[in-house]
Amino acid sequence: MSQGRKTIGYWAAIGHRLSGLALVLFLPLHFLVLGTAMGGAESMDPWLALADLPLVKIAEWGLVVLLTLHLLFGLRVLILEFLPWSGLRHGWVWGGVAASLAVGAVFIGQVV
Amino acid sequence: MAAPSQHKLTVEIHRTGGPVRYEIPLRDNQTVLDAVTEVQRRFAPDLAYRFACRVGVCGSCAMSVNGIPRWTCRTHVAKVVVDGAISVAPLRNLPVIKDLVCDMASFFEKWTDAEHGAGAVFDGKATRHDPLPAIDPESPRRKAVDAGIECINCAVCYAACDVVAWDQGYLGPAALNRAWTLANDDRAANADAVKAKAQGVGGCGSCHSHGACVAACPVGLNPTQSIAGLKRRSLFELLRGSGS
Amino acid sequence: MSERLLFAVQRVTALILAPLVLIHLGLILWAVEGGLTAAEILSRTQGALGWAMFYGVFVLAASAHGAIGLRNILVEWAALGRPLAGRISMAMAAVLLVLGLRGVWAVIA
Repeated sequence: MSQGRKTIGYWAAIGHRLSGLALVLFLPLHFLVLGTAMGGAESMDPWLALADLPLVKIAEWGLVVLLTLHLLFGLRVLILEFLPWSGLRHGWVWGGVAASLAVGAVFIGQVV
Repeated sequence: MAAPSQHKLTVEIHRTGGPVRYEIPLRDNQTVLDAVTEVQRRFAPDLAYRFACRVGVCGSCAMSVNGIPRWTCRTHVAKVVVDGAISVAPLRNLPVIKDLVCDMASFFEKWTDAEHGAGAVFDGKATRHDPLPAIDPESPRRKAVDAGIECINCAVCYAACDVVAWDQGYLGPAALNRAWTLANDDRAANADAVKAKAQGVGGCGSCHSHGACVAACPVGLNPTQSIAGLKRRSLFELLRGSGS
Repeated sequence: MSERLLFAVQRVTALILAPLVLIHLGLILWAVEGGLTAAEILSRTQGALGWAMFYGVFVLAASAHGAIGLRNILVEWAALGRPLAGRISMAMAAVLLVLGLRGVWAVIA
């Protein structure tokens, strides 16, 4: 029998975990691009120019949203675990989603 | 028995051979346990299921109802029926012996066994010849114990927990909740040993605060909060260099 | 590393990363306006000891935090035993540390 309805805390944990996984898989690529600066600005610019591609802009938007989400869901976990207990702090889950989308919107505003 | 209405109730039971549908009358004030018992008496004398007190104090009748673990004697059919049907299955995360009966051995082992589990069984420091220890009921430690002590080990939280489903080595909410009550019990000789087990492999670090246990516990306990206490103590004692 | 120590490192690196991520996000949102060029980035970072320390700590903390998080996923979702999951995570930590510090060096030097 499939498990019945999941708690909000479950979705927060899934979101936290999947965003973390995406970030940790992305980081080596990020570090490699930064590493191209070894050859000076001329070697780095072609890589940065990729950021002009629409698909890359969407991917970067995704990463910014996921990073914000991971940060805020993570802060919720730290609060749950280390501050005096005051419920499962569901407000932080919805707030986290809202704030992440807001940050994403700012990012779009800046790059488009 | 409560009077039947015009309506029928389809009871889908996930038996050992697969799901089987039975039809019984939908009655007023009918609990899921009533429904399972009626099925067993009228249609399936070989249906295996557990219950004892049938009034919501023993926890024996715990089963999955529409995918959610709960005490069937405390679950009114009227509250969970969907389109004239309910679905009953054995508790998740436990091996099935037959039909709705699970083998609780692994659940109890994770709670009580000092080597393979949390070893969360009270071991006293004093004898009857010693003076009574003075425990202040208002002290934070005793309050932490009191908040978790009502657990009757029904395994509903264990069935609700996704981490238990993912990781067979995870001790689970009930064992860790019990470990927390012992870690705070000034009378317990094994408090430190229990705490160490609860903070080690398969312990509190594996809890990701989904809170399924809190939502499920029929007694209103909060294993997530108890486990947070274990996590807090684990980190602070490690940083302070105290604690084993 | 004991389970207790891994848990502690995970939480402590999280506490360290929180303000660093906030600053990094703020910087990204400010810097991407009007496009990003290598010259812009390098003019901020080259020879800047402050950024070197900021990103050095960032890389150290992120490598540990990401690797330990990965270990949890491997144990719980990929059903790997803890020894194998630990080895894969260690490898990931090493990759992140080496590439990360190299990246920091590349923009600072």
